[in-house]
Amino acid sequence: MICSGFFVTSGEVEFCSANPILKYTQDDLSQRGVFGTLFCTNFRVTFISDEKPQEKTDKTFKNKLYGENDIPLMCVDHIYGVYDEKRKLITGGLVKNKYPSKMIIHCKDLRVFQFSLTFSKEEDAKKIFQGIAHHCLEEKSLKCVFAFSYMGTPSPEMQWKQETVMFDSPEDWTQEMKRTKANCRLVTENENFELSQRLPKYFVIPLTIGDLFSYQGKGLPIWCWSHYSGCALFKASFPPVTQEDGDFQKHLDTMINAVAHNHLYSVKTEDLSESLPNIQDIQQSYNKFKQFFLIENSTDFWLSDVKWFSSLESSGWLDIIRQCLQKAVEVVECLEKDNTNVLITEEEGTDLCCVISSLAQIMLDPYYRTLMGFQSLVQKEWVAGCHAFLDRCNHLHQKDKEYHSPVFLLFLECVWQLVHQHSPAFQFSETYLTVLSDSVHVPVFSTFLFNSSHHRESVMKAESPLAQSGPLSCPTVWDWSVQFDSKAQNFFFNPLYLEKVKHDRAVRKPHKPKHQRNLSLPSTAFKTPPKKGFFKDETDSLKKMLRVKRLSRWRGSPDAPAATTREFFESWQHRPLDYHGLLLPCLDGPAVHIWMQRYLRWIPEVYILGGGSVAVMTKLMELLSQVQDLKRVLEQRDSSQAAKLDHRPYFQHRLLSFDSSGRLSSSFPFAYTCYRSFKPIIPTGLMQSLMVTDSLASQEDEASSVVSFV
Amino acid sequence: VSDTELRVSQDQSPTQKFLFYFLKLMHVLNYPSKGELPLLPEEHVQDSAKDVTYICPFIGPVRGSLSVTNYRLFFRCTDREPVFGLDLPLGVLSRVEKIGAATSRGDVSYGLACKDMRNLRFVHKEPEDSLKKSVFEVLMKFAFPVSNNMSLFAFEYKQVFPENGWKVYDPLAEYKRQGLPNESWRISKVNDHYELCDSYPAALVVPVTITDEELRRVSSFRAKGRIPVLSWIHPESQAAVVRASQPMVGQNGRRCKEDEKLLQAIMDANAQSHKMFIFDARPSVNAAANKMKGGGYESEDAYQNAELVFLDIHNIHVMRESLRKLKEVVYPNIEDSHWLSNLESTHWLEHIKLILAGALRIADKVESGKTSVVVHCSDGWDRTPQLTSLALIMLDSHYRTIRGFQILLEKEWLSFGHRFQQRVGHGDKNHTDADRSPIFLQFIDCVWQMTRQFPAAFEFNEYFLITILDHLYSCLFGTFLCNSEQQRLKEEVPKHTVSLWSFVNSQLEEFVNPLYVGYPSHVLFPTVGIRHLQLWVTYYIRWNPRMRPQEPVHQRYKELLAKRAELQKRVEELQREAANRTASSSSERAGSPTRSITPVQTFV
Repeated sequence: MICSGFFVTSGEVEFCSANPILKYTQDDLSQRGVFGTLFCTNFRVTFISDEKPQEKTDKTFKNKLYGENDIPLMCVDHIYGVYDEKRKLITGGLVKNKYPSKMIIHCKDLRVFQFSLTFSKEEDAKKIFQGIAHHCLEEKSLKCVFAFSYMGTPSPEMQWKQETVMFDSPEDWTQEMKRTKANCRLVTENENFELSQRLPKYFVIPLTIGDLFSYQGKGLPIWCWSHYSGCALFKASFPPVTQEDGDFQKHLDTMINAVAHNHLYSVKTEDLSESLPNIQDIQQSYNKFKQFFLIENSTDFWLSDVKWFSSLESSGWLDIIRQCLQKAVEVVECLEKDNTNVLITEEEGTDLCCVISSLAQIMLDPYYRTLMGFQSLVQKEWVAGCHAFLDRCNHLHQKDKEYHSPVFLLFLECVWQLVHQHSPAFQFSETYLTVLSDSVHVPVFSTFLFNSSHHRESVMKAESPLAQSGPLSCPTVWDWSVQFDSKAQNFFFNPLYLEKVKHDRAVRKPHKPKHQRNLSLPSTAFKTPPKKGFFKDETDSLKKMLRVKRLSRWRGSPDAPAATTREFFESWQHRPLDYHGLLLPCLDGPAVHIWMQRYLRWIPEVYILGGGSVAVMTKLMELLSQVQDLKRVLEQRDSSQAAKLDHRPYFQHRLLSFDSSGRLSSSFPFAYTCYRSFKPIIPTGLMQSLMVTDSLASQEDEASSVVSFV
Repeated sequence: VSDTELRVSQDQSPTQKFLFYFLKLMHVLNYPSKGELPLLPEEHVQDSAKDVTYICPFIGPVRGSLSVTNYRLFFRCTDREPVFGLDLPLGVLSRVEKIGAATSRGDVSYGLACKDMRNLRFVHKEPEDSLKKSVFEVLMKFAFPVSNNMSLFAFEYKQVFPENGWKVYDPLAEYKRQGLPNESWRISKVNDHYELCDSYPAALVVPVTITDEELRRVSSFRAKGRIPVLSWIHPESQAAVVRASQPMVGQNGRRCKEDEKLLQAIMDANAQSHKMFIFDARPSVNAAANKMKGGGYESEDAYQNAELVFLDIHNIHVMRESLRKLKEVVYPNIEDSHWLSNLESTHWLEHIKLILAGALRIADKVESGKTSVVVHCSDGWDRTPQLTSLALIMLDSHYRTIRGFQILLEKEWLSFGHRFQQRVGHGDKNHTDADRSPIFLQFIDCVWQMTRQFPAAFEFNEYFLITILDHLYSCLFGTFLCNSEQQRLKEEVPKHTVSLWSFVNSQLEEFVNPLYVGYPSHVLFPTVGIRHLQLWVTYYIRWNPRMRPQEPVHQRYKELLAKRAELQKRVEELQREAANRTASSSSERAGSPTRSITPVQTFV
């Protein structure tokens, strides 16, 4: 039985347990491990060691909800059973009678757990195995998700939540329009989801649209962001091609015209489902990709090391990241260089549209590179924007694979590329992104649990009367205090961030073309005349012709956009870099990297003891706090007339107080390694690694002196 | 204190300085479009031509003028803003050739293949007067002085620097730093006149129990006479890193009593272990194949307490081919969608991985196993210095400082006879020479990989490594000339040329890593998984303007150091002021706040 004080969160209920269970230590084949009890609760699978926990160094970066031996149920990706040395993927059907001698759990945050079930009583082993398999793999209803049982106390400091714009009220949208000087219309007619259940509660559309109610709001151009020039980015859903009839085509024309009306009668439309991989492609590619990081033992690791690059390439994941960034750059180019309105479309308008529009906004608008700005962007485009998190993340283990896809993760991957290339432009750190990607699978937050605003409201409303203590108390992910104390939250900030001086964080200054790195490129053939209203008296046909021309230019040969964006990137690159201006990623092969922190953090073979970026960050943090302290000293001196000397210690490293001896591993702050066993990792199986088959290998080193020794 | 105040304002960002660094890296400097060329002392213009077109693979054809001096090639464009130029030492050229016949308009195109991962192409009108030499013919003459019986520019360059880099390495001082000679090891003069081995240094460290006469016998048993001698000794365990060439075992399994005694003595010199490891850098197949040619490896019968380990590193020809493929993949265009598989097909990073893995195993045996090791390959001058010097960098933090690294190169590479002249082919037009191989480049790449993994453990920065590689080819300095210490003395290289270290040590701040912490006693064990190895983009792909280097961390750190220095100064001023006011009355004195700051390198 679980002893009292075990539950980290209130509302947690134990389902079953077994003891003794051997948890293998991941890093070798010696079958060594730790004995303990394995529990399955309504929140997690957890292993509690029988050994007294060793004197642990104060873990600076501790998740309050789950520890290193906890797996939130939602976080379980696959379970494998080892039956007579054979490893089988566990699905619902296999669970029935036999239980495996060894259970391997692959987690969505890429941890791998291996448990031996052979030491406990048969009955217990069977029960825990079936329990875990049932709760982690079987289809379940939303009500069973732990968030509905979770009764966390609302955090006293609501700072995170308050500063993040949630976009759940008309005021938030009005404010956002004001901030970007958008000239659009706020729609409040969908407040009760009468218009459409797939549309946000509140949204913004071009001024000239009158008819909202035809086609259940399909094809409605939804405003995303306005460029300082006046042109804007819109996204829209399209019905499946088969439904296209003459009337609907007309409806679409009206919509496109409305977008064009927004600014100078120009519009470029882009059907993302034509030019980008679909959500199933994304899912398949990621499934291949993640396998390279789910390492069960050292032999696997070194074997997969040999064909590493070609394996990576064959997954296609990095290529999908590149394609998304590329598309976003194309959108940015239209807005920034050509000053045309852009309408991106897709069947639902809530998957790749979210990826591309969010990325474009991050590249264009420095506000979204601050932590609060970024969170607001996720709220705006993804949460309020009705991305189907529940289906895409497959929180309910539905069998129908068609709807699963790591679209949000793909977005975070793309953002990571930008952060990696232009670190000083971002207020948040790589660690923040990694934690955010993990939090998707923590079944506590309302943020990632629903398919749309309507879904959220209907569930939350239905739930609230049932709970005794008022409304459902599930926090948003932005309330970071639920997971981390304030000290750990320091890791979310990027010490390299160059903050714009004298700049109120909440209110972004209007984007002005004074940025050094904004472009003033020669006008294109279709550059609209500068005088607004020039086309006002023109006939429809001219407008149409213009639009067709624009469309054809975009949709021309597939290579053409790549070539022009290349040019766009190069001319941007030639200007001095302004981290508060336009930001573009380099997309050449060698510039696209793997998100090392997220993918390699649990693999001991790649830990660099005493190295990695943590060594740099430690140093920077130290220096930052020294500068900070010196400033404080100066301020005190100035105010206290230097008469009385303050005896407080001057140099506390308040930002981060971890051991700066250089003995932290590169996986910090995620995995902690035992420093006692400070041994190098010697690769095994080097013999297979390099098969040089050509004749050069057998050639003598000294070509000129073959016969010198006898 | 709010975040805003904490962070340094952007106005102070040294973007300009950084841009300059970038341009310097690219050898693309903004010259005045007219006026004097920035010539070095003793550098003279040999020929110039106007109306030369440089076919830049990145920005297209550029028209300009070309000048050839006895040291380098200048190209200045005349039709483009901003002014753009090329400035490359002739030493980097491996091949200059006319491509095809003249066009109907009399244009001839020339291809220049470079040792530093690029190819240049020019188009030029052939002079109408057939007697007059084209500028490219002049170029060919001065690019390959050795083939044309002329001396390298290094022998003419007479720049004086505040420091004499030839004095950086004093073998006896270095051995003294390691605590040598001691009761087990002596410094032998047997090779004083390079009679024992002409590719070894004069000073050799050998076990005290072995006489010079015995060493002579050993030398006849080791390839090229390169006997086992000490490279480094562990300050605590006394475990030694010993280097050698292969034993001349041959097909009949020849043995040498003195060689066996020498290895036993090396093992005995370390009381901590009754075992030793012999690391043969080659793949076992190749080592065995060497028996056919009289070479081979130590048999377990003859060397009873020694364990032989093969490290599977391939020979110079494989490495040369690998780099050739790499150049194909990165220059001028990169195929984005197949970048990773193309990179893999070059095997370059796999070779890097094997070399690092070998060095790691050596360092591990010495540090964790407290065992002495002998390292050799075939001749002991290519793979052996790669392995020993990398192991030494892992084991001894001294070699991670700027001066320490210079000593390491002087010792393990130069004095122990890595054949720089042959491997690089200084001033030699024979570009297909099978003795050329990027062995030293590979070593520097491995060091770079380590600096990536341990960004705070090295005193030098990336620019330092790139500078070394640039001057490996430039022939401006004498450092990398000749094949051995003996040859350098014979040619009086130190007398007639300037050392690269004279130049480097006279402007150290350029080469300092601002993140350096030192960790004096730490052994570095890098991760050799290919997942953590990267292609050194800022070296191999530096000519591609899209691969612009980004060093925000270093930059930010420098800014902060400057900020801190400024604030410290103000605090001290205020303190002094306060101290003056209260000097008469105050009995208690506040400790200076500056005292508690950990000393950091403050090159700003």
